[in-house]
Amino acid sequence: MIKSLDPRITREQIEENNSIEPLTPMDNWETYEVFHQKKRGDQHMHVGIVHAPNPEMALLFGKEQYGRRNITANIWVVKTANVFACEYDDADMFETTPEKQYREAGGYKVMEKINKYKKAQKTV
Amino acid sequence: MYGNAYIDPNEKANAMIAGEDPIKLAEFEARIARGEKIEPKDWMPKEYRKQLIRMIEQHGHSEIIGALPEGTWITRAPGFKRKMALMAKVQDEVGHAQLLYSAAETLGKSREDMTNDLITGKSKYSNVFNYPAFTWADACIIAWLIDAGAIINQVANAKGSYGPYCRALDRICTEESFHLKYGHDNVVTLATGTPIQRKMVQEALTRWWPPIMHFFGPSDKISQHTEILMRWKVKMASNDDMRQQFLNMYVPKIWDLGLTVPDTALKKNEETGLWEYTEPDWDEFKRVINGGGPCNAERLAVRRMAEERGRWVRKALYNASEKYVTPLA
Repeated sequence: MIKSLDPRITREQIEENNSIEPLTPMDNWETYEVFHQKKRGDQHMHVGIVHAPNPEMALLFGKEQYGRRNITANIWVVKTANVFACEYDDADMFETTPEKQYREAGGYKVMEKINKYKKAQKTV
Repeated sequence: MYGNAYIDPNEKANAMIAGEDPIKLAEFEARIARGEKIEPKDWMPKEYRKQLIRMIEQHGHSEIIGALPEGTWITRAPGFKRKMALMAKVQDEVGHAQLLYSAAETLGKSREDMTNDLITGKSKYSNVFNYPAFTWADACIIAWLIDAGAIINQVANAKGSYGPYCRALDRICTEESFHLKYGHDNVVTLATGTPIQRKMVQEALTRWWPPIMHFFGPSDKISQHTEILMRWKVKMASNDDMRQQFLNMYVPKIWDLGLTVPDTALKKNEETGLWEYTEPDWDEFKRVINGGGPCNAERLAVRRMAEERGRWVRKALYNASEKYVTPLA
């Protein structure tokens, strides 16, 4: 019998060789992805996972694990099984994105043209 | 809170990269050298995965087991405010374990397997928690100095290469800073208090000094093994470097309070900038980590009891139609 410095443990009368059956798969349930919103109006940000048997408990664990200290306005949970993601191996499909200057404000240099035009007007 | 993962020094190093695709390995190492993070579904050497699982899992176990010596004092902490603070700290530690287990399971080891390996004694946890917290002052020394050591280790590891572990550590470090301040405040209260309080905190420091010196682990030989782990940014600093950093930051703070460190050889060599100390008793360290410490049996028996008594609740909530999917990040 364990005699502990912690009286609560001594009271439990635990055998020292209390071998137990090993945990089986899914003993700790499946996982949910947790999204945390700091304040109203912000985006929800992915912060990690919790193990839970249902969405209600996933929200409860999400609050304990990710909203315990942080300022929190709201939490979402989504089953990991319901998340569909690209592969990092396919990241080359995003490669040309920053090159497409015609979709950016900075891709249009009107002042250069205006100044050139004004200069040309003066010399006439 | 946590020290370094215990790596068996007799483990063979040359097997680490045997059989890996040399092109993929070179790409992998180049990415790490550029400072990129490795994510769960990326290609990684088998040994990288294995070492990380072992390290993150041991870290998680340490948080869970570490809650036991500190939890001993929750009901008897002096005053309501300290009870509340200690309860919050212990809750943080258990929360850290959740974050760490989550990071480890992205590498493919299930949480159930991690728990099984803990309760059968197959996985290790930080050796310091095999020692008892005899008095309230022991709990204060743990909160201050063991957490201080843990922060040094965790801040270093947060710059490692595995994305999920780094993200978990960033969060953990924020909370640890409260633990450190809380522990320091408690030690200062005792050290600046009555002669009985001073005696109590000095005795606790004397008891905890050897485990604190053990905390970062034995000197790592400059082996091929260590070299590869450092190149892969699995291990961020040598055990001795972290011990030096700890001594440099905290010995002056201990001396400030007029407390005595029980090592007459302890002093800073002003020429080398390094601390000199009596070599810790590594035979004692090995004896304790292999099960011979004063609390090893109790820690694991309590953990098994908790698993066993909670099992029916977990079973009752289990839904057979659900399937486990490895988390993405």
